[in-house]
Amino acid sequence: MGYKTIVEDDIDVLITGAGMAGTGAAFESRYWGKDKKIVIAEKANIDRSGAVAQGLYAINTYMGTRFGENNPEDHVRYARMDLMGMVREDLLFDMARHVDSAVHQFEEWGLPLMRDPKTGAYQREGRWQIMIHGESYKPIVAEAAKKSADKVFNRICVTHLLMDDAKENRVAGAVGFNVRTGDYHVFKSKTVVCAAGGASNIFKPRSVGEGAGRVWYAPWSSGSAYGLLIEAGAKMTQMENRIVLARFKDGYGPVGAYFLHLKTYTQNGVGEEYESKWFPELSKMVGKEYLDTEGQHLSHKPIPTCLRNHAFINEVNAGRGPIHMVTMEAFQDPHLEEIGWHNFLGMTVGQAVLWAATDVDPKYENPELTTSEPYVMGSHATGCGAWVSGPEDIAPEEYFWGYNRMTTVEGLFGAGDAAGGTPHAFSSGSFTEGRLAAKAACKYIDDGKAEGIKVSQEQIDKRGKQIFKPMEHYKIYRNEITAGSVNPNYINPRQGLDRLQKLMDEYAGGVTVSYMTNDKLLNIGLKKMKMLEEDLEKIAAEDIHELLRAWELKHRQLSSEAVLQHTLFRKETRWPGYYYRGDAMKLDDQNWHVLTVSRRDPKTGEYTMEKAPCYHLVSDEEEKVA
Amino acid sequence: MPTFVYMTRCDGCGHCVDICPSDIMHIDTTTRRAYNIEPNMCWECYSCVKACPHNAIDVRGYADFAPLGHSVRVIRDEEKGVIAWRIKFRNGKKDMNLLAPITTKPWGTAIPKLSEESAPSKDMTDSQLLFNEPKYIRLDEGGLHTLESNGLKMKEGVYY
Ligand SMILES: Cc1cc2nc3c(=O)[nH]c(=O)nc-3n(C[C@H](O)[C@H](O)[C@H](O)COP(=O)(O)OP(=O)(O)OC[C@H]3O[C@@H](n4cnc5c(N)ncnc54)[C@H](O)[C@@H]3O)c2cc1C
Ligand code: SF4
Ligand code: SF4
Repeated sequence: MGYKTIVEDDIDVLITGAGMAGTGAAFESRYWGKDKKIVIAEKANIDRSGAVAQGLYAINTYMGTRFGENNPEDHVRYARMDLMGMVREDLLFDMARHVDSAVHQFEEWGLPLMRDPKTGAYQREGRWQIMIHGESYKPIVAEAAKKSADKVFNRICVTHLLMDDAKENRVAGAVGFNVRTGDYHVFKSKTVVCAAGGASNIFKPRSVGEGAGRVWYAPWSSGSAYGLLIEAGAKMTQMENRIVLARFKDGYGPVGAYFLHLKTYTQNGVGEEYESKWFPELSKMVGKEYLDTEGQHLSHKPIPTCLRNHAFINEVNAGRGPIHMVTMEAFQDPHLEEIGWHNFLGMTVGQAVLWAATDVDPKYENPELTTSEPYVMGSHATGCGAWVSGPEDIAPEEYFWGYNRMTTVEGLFGAGDAAGGTPHAFSSGSFTEGRLAAKAACKYIDDGKAEGIKVSQEQIDKRGKQIFKPMEHYKIYRNEITAGSVNPNYINPRQGLDRLQKLMDEYAGGVTVSYMTNDKLLNIGLKKMKMLEEDLEKIAAEDIHELLRAWELKHRQLSSEAVLQHTLFRKETRWPGYYYRGDAMKLDDQNWHVLTVSRRDPKTGEYTMEKAPCYHLVSDEEEKVA
Repeated sequence: MPTFVYMTRCDGCGHCVDICPSDIMHIDTTTRRAYNIEPNMCWECYSCVKACPHNAIDVRGYADFAPLGHSVRVIRDEEKGVIAWRIKFRNGKKDMNLLAPITTKPWGTAIPKLSEESAPSKDMTDSQLLFNEPKYIRLDEGGLHTLESNGLKMKEGVYY
């Protein structure tokens, strides 16, 4: 290929992906690494990239310790409850104790945070959420990152991590290509903070054809945070914990502010409250610790998000759909009506477009809700991601190998969607995790852990060839056929994506099977996944843009295989409403009150699965009771 | 489409190409104007719409569920720090104008240049604190939360 090779050497901290976590990492690493070389490699333009590209109307994680609202452990208990016990509490506590400082910075930088006129505290949407005018949230944090980094490379799709040739299992940088010029980029670096975001589009979306991009998580969230790490042999956790979201139908408009601030509520197709009637039966399936139908009014334990989905899904399957959001009452108040619309415009414009197109005025008509296709991510109400080390003053031995947020590959850190077991981080928590990872990365270098890193020319050449292979493949075989996209020697990225989505949907518990799967289905899925993996060796890219889609697909494929492996390993239905194991419908705390951990051998592609203990934070009083 | 470009308004400046997070706004080599090369990977995020200096880009809702005849337009004014929206319903019954702030400070002015901050002390480096902490955590005298300060222990396999 006639593309140039561009080598960026002597980098100290390389940040791959600069969404919320990556911008946080860039900003913070400049403070701890004043003389260090900090470089960002981002697939899009950091001013508008990642899940926050179009903005947000709420910051979902803010303790408010300053206003006497919550302490970090309160948030840990909440996240633990919401995730049916399965979280890394050391990481959660750590994120929660730092998150307020990130939010206070955002306000100082110019992000408009709303305030409660009576108390002077930030305007709360719910116990953990505060309301913002966040259309420009991403450009604001991007400014901070740009001010801090030595260099920002936009439009670089990172495809692989570089590994140290001198020491096994140590990272040495990353490679990728520029999606505009086609140039091959080599970044040699002492440490890497992987912040390349979660995965949309690995399950078949409800939208079809032209609308296929209307997914809840951004269509450019290509699971690269997982693909890059899995391929490098990093251990992963909780990959079975995919999330299904209840959202406004088709547009996937957010419901948080509607429920929490506007005080809207849901009804089934015949106008009844339906949620509570599914809970008694469900509490037999999951146990009283997680859903106490009698004691809920006393304990005030929140009902886990997945269990609410369970009620929704079952009601619809019983023929009493659609589920409606009752907006007609709240929207009579013009102030609340305006907030309702702003909420979309600030983060999911597509929903406003849809209501305008279909003449749905929520003031006079209660709009429909839906449950989405599943997503794989680590920062929302779900905790997929890498198995990372915890903070030194909190993490127990099994969770600790020296550097906060370092994966099991030396010098390689994860934050945001990339870090596993830390749900409910959201935007502010992801940014905070980026900061924590960056400080640890600088310390790792200062401790001399990155001495003597070597990257052989052979490794660089091998990766270079691999990256451009889809374009070579296209050139060689396209003339075998007259025209069109049907070729016996290759598939294109869209065809591959369709195949992946169909496979995941039908075998791993997507929408069309009502989120249901079992041992047999998962095994068939794995077999077909292997064949898809083989075919991806023969994927063809017509141009550089298609090459981008080809690599996104490879990262999605690696993420998906991990989802299948993990779902097969956990022989229980831990999160009814996110997925069901039809052959193990009950939650089984005897055997499965554990975190699942996997590793894919980078040489053979073989998976090994293990269980890791679940440590819970308890106060002195709780300990006495226990 | 979902985004599309009006032929008469676009001058091929490339701002939309520069910003689209999905890499799907490209300049057509014959007309030298921008277009959406892959509508089924468009999120309707409006990043390109907001970036276009000539208001040449518009959105037509996704064909698989959105009927024709609606419009959601936007103007983002960085100087004034506001964003203005206009939403018109298909049946013409609703036509809304909405305005919101996007920043409280002129762009970038309030973000510290960390290379100009004094270097962190050894104590800071060894502690669990991040830049500007503990001050920024509570904005008062309160320090960083630890397990000890909050009376907590890590216990294996414990339910609440
Ligand atoms: C519709 C919606 C509503 C939400 N609502 C809220 C809310 O109200 N409040 C809240 O706090 N949070 C909300 N969130 C969640 C929040 O946006 C995420 O938790 C957060 O953005 C995750 O941060 P991240 O850095 O891990 O990923 P991202 O912010 O997605 O960043 C990933 C970055 O990596 C880049 N990248 C990907 N692949 C590659 C590659 N191969 N090479 C180079 N770069 C790559 C991407 O371009 C992107 O910039 C919402 C999310 C969505 C989608
Ligand atoms: S709306 Fe967003 S995804 Fe669609 S073309 Fe514009 S910038 Fe790209
Ligand atoms: S930003 Fe507007 S004028 Fe410039 S190329 Fe894009 S559509 Fe054309």
